[in-house]
Amino acid sequence: MLTSAPHRIQRVELRDIVKRFPGVLANDHVNFEVQAGEVHALLGENGAGKTTLMRILYGLYQPDEGQILIDSRPVTIESPADSIRHGIGMIHQHFMLVPSLSVAANVALGLRSTREPLLDLEVVKERVRQLAEAYSMLVDPDAMLWQLAVGEQQRVEILKSLYRGAALLILDEPTAVLTPQEVEEFFVTLRRMADEGHALIFISHKLHEVLSISDRVTVLRNGQVVKTLKTADTNRQELARLMVGREVLLRVKRKPVQLGPPRLVIQDLWALGDKGLPAVRGVSLEVRAGEILGIAGVSGNGQRELAQTLAGLRKATQGRVLIDGDDVTGWAPDRLIAQGLSYIPEERMEDGVIRDMTVEENMMLEDHGRPPFARGIFLNFSAIAEHCDRLIGDFEIKTPSRRTPLGNLSGGNIQKLILARSLSRTPSVLIASQPTRGVDIGSTEYIHQRLIAQREQGTATVLISEDLDEVRNLSDRIAVMYEGRIMGIVERDEATVEQLGLMMAGVPMEEAAGQTG
Amino acid sequence: MIQDLLAPAVLIGIASSGIRLATPYLYATIGETFGQLSGVLNLGVEGIMLMGAYSGFYVTFKTGNPVLGLLAAIVVGGLMGLGMAIISVTFQAEQGISGIGVYLFGLGMSDLLFQKSLGTVETVSGFQPVEIPFLSQIPVLGQIFFRHNLLVYAAFLLVPVAWFVINKTTWGLKIQAVGQNPAAADALGVSVSAVRYATVTLGGVLSGIAGASLSIGLLNVFQQNLTSGMGFIAVALVYFGGWSPVGVLLGSLLFSLVNALQNWVQVLGIPIPSDFAVMMPYVLTILALVFAVRKVTQPAALTKPFERGEG
Ligand SMILES: Nc1ncnc2c1ncn2[C@@H]1O[C@H](COP(=O)(O)OP(=O)(O)O)[C@@H](O)[C@H]1O
Ligand SMILES: [Mg+2]
Repeated sequence: MLTSAPHRIQRVELRDIVKRFPGVLANDHVNFEVQAGEVHALLGENGAGKTTLMRILYGLYQPDEGQILIDSRPVTIESPADSIRHGIGMIHQHFMLVPSLSVAANVALGLRSTREPLLDLEVVKERVRQLAEAYSMLVDPDAMLWQLAVGEQQRVEILKSLYRGAALLILDEPTAVLTPQEVEEFFVTLRRMADEGHALIFISHKLHEVLSISDRVTVLRNGQVVKTLKTADTNRQELARLMVGREVLLRVKRKPVQLGPPRLVIQDLWALGDKGLPAVRGVSLEVRAGEILGIAGVSGNGQRELAQTLAGLRKATQGRVLIDGDDVTGWAPDRLIAQGLSYIPEERMEDGVIRDMTVEENMMLEDHGRPPFARGIFLNFSAIAEHCDRLIGDFEIKTPSRRTPLGNLSGGNIQKLILARSLSRTPSVLIASQPTRGVDIGSTEYIHQRLIAQREQGTATVLISEDLDEVRNLSDRIAVMYEGRIMGIVERDEATVEQLGLMMAGVPMEEAAGQTG
Repeated sequence: MIQDLLAPAVLIGIASSGIRLATPYLYATIGETFGQLSGVLNLGVEGIMLMGAYSGFYVTFKTGNPVLGLLAAIVVGGLMGLGMAIISVTFQAEQGISGIGVYLFGLGMSDLLFQKSLGTVETVSGFQPVEIPFLSQIPVLGQIFFRHNLLVYAAFLLVPVAWFVINKTTWGLKIQAVGQNPAAADALGVSVSAVRYATVTLGGVLSGIAGASLSIGLLNVFQQNLTSGMGFIAVALVYFGGWSPVGVLLGSLLFSLVNALQNWVQVLGIPIPSDFAVMMPYVLTILALVFAVRKVTQPAALTKPFERGEG
């Protein structure tokens, strides 16, 4: 084969790893082991400590206690350079790539050149081509990184590790950015690597992926290993229970709701992205009272810009938006809020809340200027306190008090706060962008129920999510967005994963329907 | 009067002094380009230039040897660059503020040393023009390009050298990666600190030379605040030039030509109030920055200290 590297490592063991962060025990005496030739899944909710454990193995963090053994020999890994030398590679949750450089340059970075101190990009390109072919990962070594789609960027990340002769590959939530078809291709590549003798650690919180690709699973919860089991001997329900610590509903129930008139109408909407190029390109949609319209798509296809434009945070360059028949195009957020629009932003820590302010203050960010919370220029503290306490109770927000600084809450509870804030005024239109990203299963379940229930209040909801299961579970209709355009809208009952996946990759709806029969 | 400016001799004079005046800008901007490409904004260039100018001048004054003066400027500039690296890389201080500190230090220190050691404005015989055989005899071009001192030629040579280092060497690749995505570089075993220390120190060395190119190359004097803002213009020119050696070359030439023009306007007694003439380069700086678009080449991590494990 191309490298003898896969045989460099037979077995890697993490023993009694402890890692503390201020106020958090991220890894609590964790034992974990992976062998050559297997895909070992590390399953756990957000915040369970998966990334921390793997960053320790990769030398990005130092453990407070515990040992790492490679082929039964204890090793110290003080930096990524050490782990690379030991034959360990890591594909990070957030890609570690340099957008302004070419693929080859990204691969060559940090390596000794054959012509030191000069670069030897030609040699690198040739090797990259060979590797890409051997593992059927199509990548052009000359392409500039910023031009690549996310799926391609991920291949570059993998090639980077293979190029360095990685025998053990750590993949931190690698499928989050892929379409269903890309996930399948990706799993084929993983299998091939494992068959060749690589050891693979596959981190995920998606049960069906873990079940379909792994040989063994280790479930992590609150920094502790709950159990390690053979994938063949377990099932979805058991894994979900181990991961969350209780029985969970894997699907929410939805009551049928009588749809009302269109509340949100979008006509040929265009908007520019951060780089000044059109990101939303002629989107037309209609959402009726009581309806959830899901927008599926791989991240970076204009969903974020669409949501921001609807929320008044980004200028529409063309087209119109109507809420309840009023043309609201170009309105500022405060007017939109008064018109009945609510927005759950994708970047909740940046656009949704203020970390250093209290729960109460965050809860009132939008409504503090309106009666009964304001009297003239003064705040009505008793009305605010009562309102906040009620929402904290209603939405099951876990916080010591309404005066607690928001930064002390977990991601799931912060998201519940935003949801409470958005829904408390019974919005006519709700834009929910990635409402459960990075949120634990318990809170996700709750947020889903609330969104479903909101239909009965006559809210028209736009649900933007990269999680296809979420979109399929909640939506009445599903629109797929690709390169700023809507590829088509599929009715809930007619939508198959295959068809949606093809549409997410840019195949128009009719064609996609034809291909999947 | 105005038409005097268009006389051939005057045009050649403007072009020739434009080339000469570009020298300090070139050293300073190329040095700063290295630092900024790796993610460190050093606003202290002006202060380092002043210290370089003073030390180069003083050593030349005492020894009569401008080469020793140049060495002194290199050492002093390098030390100040190293200081900035310690402050901004190891101690992760706010770069804008610490750069101003370095500037004020250089401004005050160079003046103090000047007052204590010389007291009055002296002159030295610095680097002398070297006519390049043959080339300097070409009409017009010879006068414009090939009758300067060695520091001028070296400054222009530095442009392709810097381009080559940045684009064709492994070190250049590391510099770019560290400035664009330090976490990625770190994850591949590149030492972010080592790269930044090297670029910022190099920037200091080149700023020191930039100062010396004034005090023992162009003007052959030293006085308080000799550089009068050139270091700050250099920082702006790096943005203007889009972090590329060729870009900063164009920027440097633009400014030095305006400067040269301004000098000639005064020499010829053209009735534009001299204040306006003197203001020109600074107004141009502001305009250039307003109109220079933010480019993709801007180092994404510029001014951001790096600490492992944040991302
Ligand atoms: N650099 C850090 N500083 C402080 N706390 C951290 C840091 N990294 C992770 N944590 C905390 O450690 C816990 C585990 O996080 P992480 O390993 O990222 O979980 P996972 O990858 O399973 O979602 C979380 O509570 C998280 O907030
Ligand atoms: Mg993680």
